[in-house]
Amino acid sequence: MTDLVIIGGGPAGMSAAVAAYESGIRDILILERDAQLGGILQQCIHNGFGLHRFGEELTGPEYAWKYEKQVRELGIPVKLNTMVLSVTPDRVITATNEEEGIFAIEARAIILAMGCRERPRGALNIAGTRPAGIYSAGTAQKLVNRKGYLPGKSVVILGSGDIGLIMARRMTLEGAEVKAVCELMPYSGGLARNIEQCLNDFGIPLKLSHTVVEIHGRKRLEGVTIAKVDENRRPIEETKEYIPCDTLLLSVGLIPENELTLQAGIGMDVVTGGAVVDQDRQTSREGIFTCGNVLHVHDLVDFVSEEAAVAGKSAAEYIRGESGQECDIPIGADGKIRYTVPQRITKRKDITLFFRVADIYRNVKINVVGDGRVIHSVRKPKAAPGEMESLLLKAPLFEGVSKLSLQLEELG
Amino acid sequence: MTKREMTCIICPMGCPVTVEMRGEEIASIRGNTCKRGAAYAEAEVRHPERTVTSTMRCENGGILSVKTDRPIPKAKIMDCMSLINAHTVKLPVSIGDILLSDVFGSNVVATENKS
Repeated sequence: MTDLVIIGGGPAGMSAAVAAYESGIRDILILERDAQLGGILQQCIHNGFGLHRFGEELTGPEYAWKYEKQVRELGIPVKLNTMVLSVTPDRVITATNEEEGIFAIEARAIILAMGCRERPRGALNIAGTRPAGIYSAGTAQKLVNRKGYLPGKSVVILGSGDIGLIMARRMTLEGAEVKAVCELMPYSGGLARNIEQCLNDFGIPLKLSHTVVEIHGRKRLEGVTIAKVDENRRPIEETKEYIPCDTLLLSVGLIPENELTLQAGIGMDVVTGGAVVDQDRQTSREGIFTCGNVLHVHDLVDFVSEEAAVAGKSAAEYIRGESGQECDIPIGADGKIRYTVPQRITKRKDITLFFRVADIYRNVKINVVGDGRVIHSVRKPKAAPGEMESLLLKAPLFEGVSKLSLQLEELG
Repeated sequence: MTKREMTCIICPMGCPVTVEMRGEEIASIRGNTCKRGAAYAEAEVRHPERTVTSTMRCENGGILSVKTDRPIPKAKIMDCMSLINAHTVKLPVSIGDILLSDVFGSNVVATENKS
């Protein structure tokens, strides 16, 4: 029996491990699929990480090292090159690696920290052939930043997520020509600063309300047809434009990787694609916690680290038998608010609620409604789907309340 | 009076900042929510700078992630890339090791450990 097994050695898993150790747990094991710790940060060689958490601007590998160093110094055991095959509801993990074959580990508590995957071409239904030269932005990022290969010379990017924007700059720096970034929505899904420093700095056009409607080329990509879309996101025939290119990068969203979570029979949130959790990041299965991008896709790794520390500390309390349910208050969202994390409250303590809005709004009030009455409000000058928001809910505010919901009020 | 509109890139907030110029003089900076934003806006109109991050070839055939340890003039980004791509790293290296010095007022340093 192992006290705490953490599945995933990226920023979430490492931060959770360090927090659990600092809360007194010594019998910890991290299982990591890759040959090194750090997860996706290893290929995010650009800077901009850590301003919130460490007060300095770090690259991905530098940020990862801050945690890896702690994991090593604390002597927390790590199994690398180890793939977890299944997790049962009673916390038996089956994993495999080259040295040990297939083996089982019983755990008092588990933290799921598997991260997320990119949405693939197959999910987009783009017409045309299936030539080489079409990559998810993250795959291209791995090829350029970890393997030293430039996947193409003339590039069109579909989707304006941050990875796509970062790759527009990265491929330009390495000598490729990025012809356009097409975004289906009328606004970008990436951070404003990445539009500025990754596109505007290099004169790369951002085509909002545009999409790729056809892919051309037999063996290698030869070009794409793009078109403007109407308000129902349907391509407008007369705006079709052919762009010759040898590479198409897709940066069209991230999906939490929850195969193990589903196997364990854990209750899921259809909006986040992650588990339903309480303020401690505990799932519907006792002793199984989850954090980071496998729970909901974050904008900043700094927030992943913070959330994972909550999960690590809570798992430690659970292992010591110090946690117990004090209440069960579900938290709903009104549609203009797409989701909240956590989705339920089980303890009477101050809680930070994270949430995302469904559209771009200016001058709004976020109301916390308890049993039909507004118990707390926060004004926001702007809110956008690309930026996760949060608010602090003090324990006395929801004393005696049986149901909470978050509502967005437009002040005009 | 001329107006320059920009998005601050100092932190993920991405504040929209407006700088009003009276000739060569900065008349006002608006839209920033912190001091660093004002400093960024001033630098952006006078001498725009960027930190460059990239990879450098290693002697063993692998690649190493690197960065300039301070921002360099924006106009020199591609020249900086040429210098980075012309250099081969001798291993082992640790985070922060200087690989190229005096690159447009900065040093190119390792951002990962490699042996």
